Amino acid sequence: MEHSKDQAMSENQNNNNNKAQDPNPRFASEGCSVLLDVNDGDRLVFARLSSGAIFKIGNTNYSLKPLIGAPFGSLFQVETGEEGSFLSRILPIKKERSSSVNVIDDDGRDNRELIDNNESQNLTVEEIEAMRREGAKGEEIIEALIANSSTFDKKFQLSQEKYKLKKQKKYAPKVLLRRPFARSICEAYFKKYPARIGFIRVDALSLLLTMANVTAYSDVLVVDMVGGLVTGAVAERLGGTGYVCSTYKGDSPYSVEMVRMFNFTDKVKERIVHSPINELSSPKTASPEVNNQQGGVCKPEINISESSASDMVEDASVTAEAREVDDVVPESKIMKAPQPGAKASKEAVEMWKENGFSSLIMAAQDQDPWILAKEVLPLLSYSAPFAIYHQYLQPLATCMHNLQQGKMAINLQITEPWLREYQVLPSRSHPHMQMSSFGGYVLSGIRISTTS
Amino acid sequence: MLPTDSKKALSFKRCIEDGDLVIVYERHDVMKPVKVTKDGVLQNRFGFYKHSDWIGKPLGAKVFSNKGKFVYLLAPTPELWTLVLSHRTQILYIADISFVVMYLEVVPGCVVLESGTGSGSLSTSLARAVAPTGHVYSFDFHEQRAVCAREDFEKTGVCSLVTVEVRDIQGQGFPEKLEGLADSVFLDLPQPWLAVPSAAKMLKEDGVLCSFSPCIEQVQRTCEVLRSDFIEIRTFEVLLRTYEVKEMKVETGAVIGENHDEKENGGQRPSKRKHVSNEDDYAVSHDNNSSTAATSVVMARPCSEARGHTGYLTFARLQCLS
Repeated sequence: MEHSKDQAMSENQNNNNNKAQDPNPRFASEGCSVLLDVNDGDRLVFARLSSGAIFKIGNTNYSLKPLIGAPFGSLFQVETGEEGSFLSRILPIKKERSSSVNVIDDDGRDNRELIDNNESQNLTVEEIEAMRREGAKGEEIIEALIANSSTFDKKFQLSQEKYKLKKQKKYAPKVLLRRPFARSICEAYFKKYPARIGFIRVDALSLLLTMANVTAYSDVLVVDMVGGLVTGAVAERLGGTGYVCSTYKGDSPYSVEMVRMFNFTDKVKERIVHSPINELSSPKTASPEVNNQQGGVCKPEINISESSASDMVEDASVTAEAREVDDVVPESKIMKAPQPGAKASKEAVEMWKENGFSSLIMAAQDQDPWILAKEVLPLLSYSAPFAIYHQYLQPLATCMHNLQQGKMAINLQITEPWLREYQVLPSRSHPHMQMSSFGGYVLSGIRISTTS
Repeated sequence: MLPTDSKKALSFKRCIEDGDLVIVYERHDVMKPVKVTKDGVLQNRFGFYKHSDWIGKPLGAKVFSNKGKFVYLLAPTPELWTLVLSHRTQILYIADISFVVMYLEVVPGCVVLESGTGSGSLSTSLARAVAPTGHVYSFDFHEQRAVCAREDFEKTGVCSLVTVEVRDIQGQGFPEKLEGLADSVFLDLPQPWLAVPSAAKMLKEDGVLCSFSPCIEQVQRTCEVLRSDFIEIRTFEVLLRTYEVKEMKVETGAVIGENHDEKENGGQRPSKRKHVSNEDDYAVSHDNNSSTAATSVVMARPCSEARGHTGYLTFARLQCLS
């Protein structure tokens, strides 16, 4: 017992000393990628912080400057001052525990007196606008709306809460500053553009990482045709050790643009590399020409921060995001993030040929998983686990069958994750009325030695 | 188990050595952890296997018993370990584990607190996620379980990443020395709401808490307490559906037969069977056709039985007050 306590103490100290290189930065700095969560997940938008960056809520543009230097997790609210509206940090007041359970049980009011004739609100649009121009706070507008609603008092208590929430979202929107993690990036994409990430839901992504045993110091091979989501998620778990090697067929690597949404340090970015399948699977002693080619182009693209920090160029992915959601950010105002993903060095490729990769994740849309698996599985060490994602079941079933027949892998299993969210409130807990009914299929297994 | 020791990392060249922990794989539902020793012998329904035959073979290799039956020797991973560990308590399984690790935003270097330790199924996966520089502090009020868990972490080689302490977290809260140091906290307790205030003290701002409870009443009470210090309170249930895959012979002959009839009746295209002289002959050839037209198709369907409920996962993020 004494022993473990000492260990705990020394670990604490280590942790304090390491603060400079916190794997988990707590403050949003200029140039970093952030996720803006408007009104409790109603809208999720990626942005890159700079003093010129602008974010649109409703019809108004807001500067993102107040967010620079703020801790992640801080909450902002729209306020109107002399120079127009701006985002202002709000510090939440500690809420007292409310015991509203009994009140709800006793509330006999219901919706019998509600008539849908659009006459219950006595304030006109013009009057509300006038209040706004005069600099009324969101809460004040909401109070005025409630005071002028002829039906509010007749509503069931829960409906009253819902009414307030609805008005708050419209007149006093809140923006939560969030750290982009594999989790939040996957969720944001799944919500807005599921097709771009091959319909990988966050629980399916978490399964892929688990089943492929991704951990520090491992060399993970990925076939990432989902924009870099898988590559980024793996790099996040490697924390600047090992490698994530994105392999591809044909002439050019698949885009891993999404990697830029993560706030990776250079140390982590250096571990994201790519290499074509034929190079990884060519015999160990490559011909001199091939070697020259490889040597020459080692890390050509990695050119990180020096050039980009001063470059005020559009961040393609962010604006694409923003433009379509109709939120946002004039192109010239956003800072370009450095592009990770260099060609794997000759030494690394040789090392993988000799030792094999420690695991594999495939998320190849529009590709036959079996055709690919046949080529890339032999690149794995014996006993290495792998996870293959697909949005269709049949190609995975065929792949599994062929792997079984060819005795290439064991512990094969096709799984489909199922995820349901719940509303939990006093006396009102139930599953959400809407749920995602599909998050993808995962074929997992372990590569075995075919020579016995 | 974790490749932090490069000598032990998986590779084509890495061979099984005396003292290694391997998972002996018979079938997907019959596996066993075995510590390899020079004089060791494994006995199962297939006969006996001498460990000395294993040493020098690569991991992932097939090895044979005295009766010529084989098993595979696999490198341990947290997933395989979850399937073979001895259940001292109800354990967390892969779907919940994966989701928890991702939703708690655990990355290398993080400090994670956990209570109770239980059988150490989640702890092993948390250790994998915080490696190489982070740490998992795991607490259980059960002295003997803590001892067993420590032994297990020693065996799987994650003990440098996990510290197990005996402590009643519901009653005493987490130890003060960890205040403000935790990136994430995981609670698997009968009355998690009692531990929430202490967990809030341990977490860094914006840190994430997860509470696992099988019953909705537990979730209800936990959420009520969470609302005072936490935001983004969300409750999930995550399950897995597994599929069985089979190759089946499917008859496609009937379709061909119908086509023939159409052709006979319509008479628009020249019949392939001009030599067929009467109806009886036709019937026979039809049968032949249909039997030769059966093809093999690989098909998948969900397995009939599945785990229907494990527990509710409630996540919450500590409010930022500074």
